[in-house]
Amino acid sequence: MALRAARNTIPTRPGPLARKEAWEGRLYILPWVLGFLIFTIGPMLASVIFSFTKYSVLSGADWLGLANYTRIFGDDRLFRLSLYNTFYFVFLSVPLSLFAAFLVALLLSVQVRGINLYRTLYYLPVITPAVASALTWGMLFSGDYGLVNAVLRTVGLPTFNWLFDPKITKLIFVIMGFWGIGGSVIIFLAGLQNVPRVLYEAASIDGANLWYRFRHITVPMMTPLIFFNLVLGIIGTFQVFTGAYIITAGGPANSTLFYVLYLYNNAFRFFKMGYASALAWVLFVIILIFTITQLRMARLWVFYEAER
Amino acid sequence: MTHTSVPLRLAGGQRRDAARLSMITAARVALYLFLSAVCLVLLFPNLWMLSTSLKEPQQIFAYPPQLMPRPIVWWNYVVAIQKFPFFLYLRNTLIVTGLATFGTVLSASLVAFGFARRRFPEREFLFAVLLSTMMLPGIVTLIPTFVLFTRLGWVNTFLPLTVPSFFGGGAFYIFLLRQFYLTLPYDYDEAAYIDGASSLRVWWEIILPFSKAPLAAITVFTVLSHWNDFMGPLIYMNKPHMRTLALGLQFFRDQQVTQWNYLMAGSTLTLIPVLILFFAAQRYFMEGILLTGLSGR
Repeated sequence: MALRAARNTIPTRPGPLARKEAWEGRLYILPWVLGFLIFTIGPMLASVIFSFTKYSVLSGADWLGLANYTRIFGDDRLFRLSLYNTFYFVFLSVPLSLFAAFLVALLLSVQVRGINLYRTLYYLPVITPAVASALTWGMLFSGDYGLVNAVLRTVGLPTFNWLFDPKITKLIFVIMGFWGIGGSVIIFLAGLQNVPRVLYEAASIDGANLWYRFRHITVPMMTPLIFFNLVLGIIGTFQVFTGAYIITAGGPANSTLFYVLYLYNNAFRFFKMGYASALAWVLFVIILIFTITQLRMARLWVFYEAER
Repeated sequence: MTHTSVPLRLAGGQRRDAARLSMITAARVALYLFLSAVCLVLLFPNLWMLSTSLKEPQQIFAYPPQLMPRPIVWWNYVVAIQKFPFFLYLRNTLIVTGLATFGTVLSASLVAFGFARRRFPEREFLFAVLLSTMMLPGIVTLIPTFVLFTRLGWVNTFLPLTVPSFFGGGAFYIFLLRQFYLTLPYDYDEAAYIDGASSLRVWWEIILPFSKAPLAAITVFTVLSHWNDFMGPLIYMNKPHMRTLALGLQFFRDQQVTQWNYLMAGSTLTLIPVLILFFAAQRYFMEGILLTGLSGR
């Protein structure tokens, strides 16, 4: 304990003062500790128990044992379909959006007059309420004369029945994803500005060209943030809901029935709280496996300065 | 503003200087054009939303598509405000967003102060726990939390959407603030403590005044997330008079099936308040994000 205290950045002041400080510290973080117990740990434990029951809020809970889980992995066709839809979306949307966000951040990191205005404007799509932008995209993709098809027709490309062709409906959400990259862009931008100038200067003196400096300084220095955005991006994208709820409501032919939408339907439309809790846990484990795999793989490609 | 990325070193003969200068100018013009083109693409849905909100019905799906509404129909907004009903939903949204933002900023800054400025044995462990909750998908806690609030009789009140914000307001915000507080020198606190100040006073009179930029960033983030929240109101607000703007817009859609002009007027109305806030705070907002230790991890 003494060792740990000595390693802290704040100078050590032992004795009763330190005890007082410790109690104050615990008091300051108390709101979070309580919130963690009431709104995280408590519900998580409750949700495990719910997942073994048949429970509809209105009536009491009936113990089912593993029945919910055997049904999920047994004959629930919609579970498999919604999982497939979600994987499809995550695997397509996350890498593409991340790549786009990185390019946009690079573009916005140039130091020219008025760049701050561009940075602000580029963030505007993120500010737009999800419902408003979902409605707008629904209009843009709708019918033969929606803007997307009108533009495609004008430039002589084939048009699509975006909202009603099960083969392409998921692409709407991938496309929409590009308008939601603002958050990642800002994080990348912050990172780009924090890359020490001396590194570039030293490399320039050694004759490194622009591409070499990008490849061997910018990219390695940015890997922690790429990793951060990737992990949180995957977690967020797995839980896609609002757009699909509003634009397609899961249709046509359940082609946009994403996992959380299916979970929502079970819980709040059919009041199958037990079954929905089991679904939540299955998703939680899937996301956890993804996150742990990424944390493991991070060692192979994420560069941390402090490492020797 | 410094132009470190484009060195303007002019060496050699004058002709070469001129050629080089015009090349740099050309490159800069091309850069601005490119920046503007991408900007236009990103803002296009919003522009189209605004344009549709001012159109007559027969112009909306006209071919070829027309960006400029002709004539400009302001009346769409009068209809949308009445039918939506905009002001009732605005009031609800302001209550939810205001309370939740107050709770988040207050409690996150206190918790971050504890993590950054007070030492106690469990601190590192608890902070690691806090960081790990950032990776927790919110969907696992959704149903039991709903059951809890239902049992408490909180459905169709503002409580489910506001009370949780007073318990730290989210790991990400605590993390952001703590990273920023760590960059402030401890000497200030030390001097105040020697003068007999309490830690609460140090938080209020030293730490908070230095933290305007990150606090502004957190305020904007929180306002946006509550203003735009859809699933929360969808689950907890069943009564029409309790709907927020985001939820109300969805029901407005169901009434106005194909009347895109009214629907887009409603969408624009929902966007305008946060747009104003964002432009008012954008300097602090960007500064706050770029300055916090966000990238120092």
